[in-house]
Amino acid sequence: MTAAPDAWRVSQRLADYGAWLDAMDYDAWLTLFHNDCDYQITTRENEALGLPLTLMWCDGKAMLADRLASLQHVNEYNLHYPRHVIGLARPRGDADTAGDWFVAPYALYQTTLEGQSRLFSVGRYVMQWQSDAGELKLRTMQVVADTAQVPTLLACPI
Amino acid sequence: MNPSGPDTHSRSVEWSNPDYSRVPFALYHCPDWYALEMERIFRGPTWSYLCLEVELPNKGDFVTTYVGDTPVVVSRADDGEVHAFVNRCSHKGALIVRQPRGNARAHTCIYHRWTYTRDGRLSGVPFRVGIDGQGGMPKDFDPACHGPQKLRVSAMGGLLFGTFAPSTEPLAEYLGDFGCELIGRFGARPLEVLGYSRQQIQGNWKLYAENLRDTYHASLLHEFFVTYGVDRATQRGGVRMDGRHRHNMNYAFGGSDTDAKAKAVYADTAARLDRMKLSDERLLHYESEFADGMNLATPTIFPNLAAIQINNSLAVRQVRPQGVDQFEIFQTVVGYADDSAEMRRHRLLSANLVGPAGLVSMEDGEAIEIIQRATRAERAGQTTVIEMGGRGTVQDQAHRATEAPVRGFWSYWAELMGVSAPGGIQ
Repeated sequence: MTAAPDAWRVSQRLADYGAWLDAMDYDAWLTLFHNDCDYQITTRENEALGLPLTLMWCDGKAMLADRLASLQHVNEYNLHYPRHVIGLARPRGDADTAGDWFVAPYALYQTTLEGQSRLFSVGRYVMQWQSDAGELKLRTMQVVADTAQVPTLLACPI
Repeated sequence: MNPSGPDTHSRSVEWSNPDYSRVPFALYHCPDWYALEMERIFRGPTWSYLCLEVELPNKGDFVTTYVGDTPVVVSRADDGEVHAFVNRCSHKGALIVRQPRGNARAHTCIYHRWTYTRDGRLSGVPFRVGIDGQGGMPKDFDPACHGPQKLRVSAMGGLLFGTFAPSTEPLAEYLGDFGCELIGRFGARPLEVLGYSRQQIQGNWKLYAENLRDTYHASLLHEFFVTYGVDRATQRGGVRMDGRHRHNMNYAFGGSDTDAKAKAVYADTAARLDRMKLSDERLLHYESEFADGMNLATPTIFPNLAAIQINNSLAVRQVRPQGVDQFEIFQTVVGYADDSAEMRRHRLLSANLVGPAGLVSMEDGEAIEIIQRATRAERAGQTTVIEMGGRGTVQDQAHRATEAPVRGFWSYWAELMGVSAPGGIQ
């Protein structure tokens, strides 16, 4: 019996999450996920309408690994440096979720190789963290982007 | 620019080749051309896609959309019919409807509360008779004369189209047998909306119109297609167009080539064909569902619509120009209302292929932006070179090494804009 994770530990893991994405260290980033994970990027617009479409959906760690392999070896995208600014996590706190659900706001900036920066996406993480062999792992990550209108394209995970 | 509007008389295009194989870069950058396109194409004798019928099931349901860059309200009125009108208050020009979609008894502009019926007639003007006999509108002010401009609306296969021009031929004639067949194929069963995606690209809208007609780039830019064998130019497929080359379809039959042939043709990616495999292949599962057996079909209807099938992913893409160097791709991902729960889930998984994060579509955004950036400082006389698939006459081709439909697009664009090349292809 493991105690439910606390918000401070989740925030620490989120700091790794953002730093590894910014470093494009996808191998490290993938270790944050449970084998039986669910990773989704959807929009606030679809969420508000109750529509199930996602912009990106990886149903399990294998599919997430495929997406990362394609990103690194197959897809072309706008060359940039990403920078995540992630707020503190807090318990989701609604009646139908257990104590392992958390939310945190994020902003993701992109900077071109010539140093021009833009706000790429802002939204919130809705996530379920579970203890796995003593480490907190993401069972579910729903990235709900307020920024429904994606600038240029969405290649790298948020 | 002429303050009264674009100067429509002195404009001409120096087409160096009458088969539209050379397009001046200036056409992607000049605001005067853009203004003229809004007038002659989007407010001209064309049918633009508005939204899906299934988005307006009840009286009072509305969605806001765009025809070119003109904001438009589409609304199901008390007569049960769908009406479309410009989303601009007749008084001061403010947006009447600010919500993307919803249901309303009437539509009221917030500024001075002018009110419009569900079918777009002006029905209420506050203080019209004044206050205590003072002020108010002139006695001869007739609200019936001050409604927003209306569009003619027509439906095909569950898709709603609108046109501003009284002279536009009926929708079925505009689409032709070719377009009717394609839209009919897509909308053969009642549609269900699975969700929306939006992609904002810093480029001219015509670069995307060309992209949709260009089967040449598909397997080269979108390497996921080739690497994982979803679509390769070595597979059986081709391009079809209507007689005037305004609508087109690129199509392919999955699995109709061999790995050996693909490796010979795609020498650069051959190594990857062996090395890269998906560890979870559900993404590429294809449940055959069309009698013609095509796994990839991209009907594109002039000027603003594509109805895309890639495996079991189905989507309607609407092009929304937002100025000469920006546009939005508004994509509605759909399934069929009678899909099983498994099929619905499979379509949602297949949606990973399309949209702004689509494994076989994301690259278009970057390709278009780098054209826009590199051609901004163009010099007069600099043009594209469009010769893949041959010069001269544009016609259907039963192969994939072609971009002839791009020249077809330009021939119809030039016709509508009144700048056809002397002796140009039709």
